[in-house]
Amino acid sequence: MRSIGGSNMLAKRIIPCLDVKDGRVVKGVQFRNHRDMGDICDLAQKYTDEGADELVLYDITASSDGRVVDKSWVNKIARFINIPFCVAGGIRNLSDAQKILNDGADKISINSPALERPDFITELAETLGAQCVVVGVDSRKENGDYVVYQYTGDANKTLKSKHNTLDWVQHVQNLGAGEIVMNCMNNDGMHQGYDIEQLKIMREVLTIPLIASGGAGKKQDFMDVFKKANVDGALAASVFHSNQLSIPDLKTYLKNQNIEVRS
Amino acid sequence: MIAIVNYGGANIASVMFALERLGIKGILTIDSDLIANADHVILPGVGAAKSAMMQLHEHCLVDCLKALTQPVLGICLGMQLLFKQSQEGNIDMLNIIDSTVNKFDKKTCEVIPHMGWNTVSFNKPHPLTQNITNENYFYFVHSYRAETGNYTFGKTDYGTPFSAVVVQDNFMGCQFHPERSGNAGAQLLKNFTEM
Repeated sequence: MRSIGGSNMLAKRIIPCLDVKDGRVVKGVQFRNHRDMGDICDLAQKYTDEGADELVLYDITASSDGRVVDKSWVNKIARFINIPFCVAGGIRNLSDAQKILNDGADKISINSPALERPDFITELAETLGAQCVVVGVDSRKENGDYVVYQYTGDANKTLKSKHNTLDWVQHVQNLGAGEIVMNCMNNDGMHQGYDIEQLKIMREVLTIPLIASGGAGKKQDFMDVFKKANVDGALAASVFHSNQLSIPDLKTYLKNQNIEVRS
Repeated sequence: MIAIVNYGGANIASVMFALERLGIKGILTIDSDLIANADHVILPGVGAAKSAMMQLHEHCLVDCLKALTQPVLGICLGMQLLFKQSQEGNIDMLNIIDSTVNKFDKKTCEVIPHMGWNTVSFNKPHPLTQNITNENYFYFVHSYRAETGNYTFGKTDYGTPFSAVVVQDNFMGCQFHPERSGNAGAQLLKNFTEM
């Protein structure tokens, strides 16, 4: 039986996300009540050793505080891990982005700044190359429609944007983004599975890689999102940080389900 | 001494760090004398083909690079620059390998760029790929693919087969990023530095 990979043998990616606040990894439920999960470098090394395909380091306070991510840990992580990693949070101009990439990150991810100024996506893609420009989209289902949220790093500043998610992701793609991470807010931190329905809708209109985020609780959730929504990668945080799931076990399981994963 | 050609763009730091992890110090340089006298030369993978070639011309490096006789490793875009021509901006490149680089076809690839971990079949043995298992996974990020030919020593499939590892005399190249490809990538860099 043919494995479910991308086209051919491209492996589905398992991506632990490290939400960073004041230099520590934290995790909240539905973007609130952040709890300390450990040191950034320790966790980055642990996931690299366990077979993570990529890491996302997301400074959840940066964007709403108007700060840029603290650079010291980017360089530290770049020196010792040998898998790709993406840095997100408060990247507002070309030089912020360039600095992070020069420090050794492989990709940068923008979210609220892209909503404030969509042309920023094009500016980044044209100067740095589309492959390192990831756009994060926080989306919530409301009255049967999907809408994009802004400033989700801080519960007090979170705002509904004027964008419908389906229109926004296509706009983001046309502006030159290299990848989209869809954070499905209704499911985030609930451990009830990814938002298959929403991801499927977005997958159909996108020709750039799509990463699912929000809702992973058990191994089957990963199988479902790869088989049913055909996303390129699945991002998760607390299930890994709390040792509820181990990456080697998860990959063995997915392999047995005929899903192409890197071993 | 290993010279890493610093022709602008981001992402060069990760190659330096990968060498550091092997206990080797690379020197980031655009100086043609330093490059010509280095034991090994790395052409890293950054940005677009057109601006990369413009940088090489601006620093008068085209002839210098073509005349190198020590081991040279092109990574990602650096590998593609070894070819004759690229569809990316329809430009002439170093022409060390007499073949072309073309865009992935949207008809055969649902998702572009080709981004993530894919397997490489080493169709011919070479010191660069020794002690690496066949069909090992490597990390790729690219929208253009190098055609296959006699110079192909590693092949990957994404809609169509393309060159993942190329060798032409002392010039070698890999489309994937060894500096971000876990232990297999580290082994390839180690093999290169020991040549």
